[in-house]
Amino acid sequence: MKRKEKVIKNVNMQVEIAGITLRNPIMPASGTFGYGEEYAPYLDLNSLGAIVTKGLSLNPKAGNNTPRVCETVGGMLNAIGLQNVGIEQFIYQKMPFLEQFDTPVIVNFFGNTQDEYGEVAARLDELPGVAGLEMNISCPNVKHGGIIFGTDPQAAFAAVASVRKRTSKPLIVKLTPNVTDIQVTARAAEEAGADAISLINTLTGMAVDVKTRRPRLANTIGGLSGPAIRPIAVRLVHQVVQAVKIPVIGIGGISRAMDALEFLIVGAKAVQVGTANFVDPNAMATIITELENFCLEEGIDDINDLIGTLEV
Amino acid sequence: MKNHKTIVLSNQEISPGYFRMRILAPDYSRLAKPGQFVMFRVQRSLLPLLRRPFGIFRTGFMPADCDTMPPKEFIEIIYKVVGSGTEIMQGLHYGDPVELLGPLGSGFDLNLTSGDNILVGGGIGLVPLYMLAESIADPSRAEVLIGGRSRDDIITVTEFERLGVKTFVSTEDGSIGDAGLVTKVLEQRLEQKPKARVFACGPMPMIRAVEKICRSKGVALQVSLEELMACGVGACLGCVVKGEGHTTERPSYLCTCTVGPVFNASDLAWDNHDHASGAVSYGGCECGEKR
Repeated sequence: MKRKEKVIKNVNMQVEIAGITLRNPIMPASGTFGYGEEYAPYLDLNSLGAIVTKGLSLNPKAGNNTPRVCETVGGMLNAIGLQNVGIEQFIYQKMPFLEQFDTPVIVNFFGNTQDEYGEVAARLDELPGVAGLEMNISCPNVKHGGIIFGTDPQAAFAAVASVRKRTSKPLIVKLTPNVTDIQVTARAAEEAGADAISLINTLTGMAVDVKTRRPRLANTIGGLSGPAIRPIAVRLVHQVVQAVKIPVIGIGGISRAMDALEFLIVGAKAVQVGTANFVDPNAMATIITELENFCLEEGIDDINDLIGTLEV
Repeated sequence: MKNHKTIVLSNQEISPGYFRMRILAPDYSRLAKPGQFVMFRVQRSLLPLLRRPFGIFRTGFMPADCDTMPPKEFIEIIYKVVGSGTEIMQGLHYGDPVELLGPLGSGFDLNLTSGDNILVGGGIGLVPLYMLAESIADPSRAEVLIGGRSRDDIITVTEFERLGVKTFVSTEDGSIGDAGLVTKVLEQRLEQKPKARVFACGPMPMIRAVEKICRSKGVALQVSLEELMACGVGACLGCVVKGEGHTTERPSYLCTCTVGPVFNASDLAWDNHDHASGAVSYGGCECGEKR
């Protein structure tokens, strides 16, 4: 008797951002995934759309004093202060590990000055193992972590333009939500030559220990992330998608496929998962599976057919 | 290292406000080393969102529900109810689902446990020391100094005695054992055993005092630290402490979760340690406490 073959329909999960082909639209948010190796015991890095590294600077950076993290309702505050190993150590100690995988590596970076941004970009441009750069102009936790570039559209334009001159690799610019009109910053980045925009970085926040009357973070103010910020992130991604022609990567409080879908539907071509990695080291794998199942159930052959289909 | 979706086996109050929870934990008796911890998730919800680190008190086996099944492998953790996370924990019963990520971190260096050993624990800090005491080859040459604010904070004395480890109890209010700080007892014991190696876990002021005593006497010390952490695997960089020789120009930050939680005292920066380990005095976050 001939066995009836089970028909498994495949969903095309592949998306393309600024010339980088991702096997699916799920990648980690910078700063929540270390340099990849920290999560390798729990998660197949080859299952991800891309790997996004911790933000790198020209020289190693110490970061802030502790306490650096604190839980709040539905989220967490952090003020790590961009602690990182610096570009040279990254190249020699971390890059060989990442090159074992068949997953595009996107390197997040920042600088204290416009020149430093350019210098890091030029150094990264030489590396064949780097698929793209994510330029952080949005860290709220250090004086010179780029926030001054992220909140002033003219400074953002100048910084992005100077980085653009130093690299031919795909350039993603990561925006801060702590501005009055995000569309202005997004357009400035686009006009300066960004290939894509990612948002949002954390929202600034603060928590107080009522017994000691001290802030819960040594830095007093930190960045709020986690499920609590998702509606704000979806709104901002929606607004940026309206304002620019380049692809947008959605970030903010994604912990399930349903959350990722909200961003894709408003027009993000891919998404980054952040705080959820801390909660469950296997979170991204679960999201990818759920996303595929959602498409199968809804009869969607290609995830691209879903992107930007918001009905208003 | 794995994330286990598992269940609670038992959960008992062992002293007012202190609970001992037994959790089904396959492979832990083979994998877990003294001094390691787990990232524990009490429930799949937004409150608390993040996991909390808990030191492993002990591992073991218990009989299965029926003869044909293999014995159940478990770990035990001990926690004090201090916030909303531990308030949920105290209400858990047999069969309730929880998640364990681990075993994580470095353990105590057992090569250093030959000869005389003095274990110093304050309150919940006794937890990782028990598994260490279990691993010491000659328990009769080990002693444990158990300290706490009041008699309710003195836990696990019987457990240590059963191992054949000599116990010295002290409380700040004198309600049980000697009146005074556990560090005073340490000074006395080091007079008797000047070549002992010291292992300490407890609140940061106690750890600092122990370090001072050990440094002045030239005694080797290993400390187990607790810090606020989000991930437990070295990614968030939230739980760092300052390493020996740390300066602003040449920073040395060590992750408590991966390099620690057990450190050789000589590998840490102590003089300027107020901030690096100040987290302990903040007493954790609104959603629960650590360890």
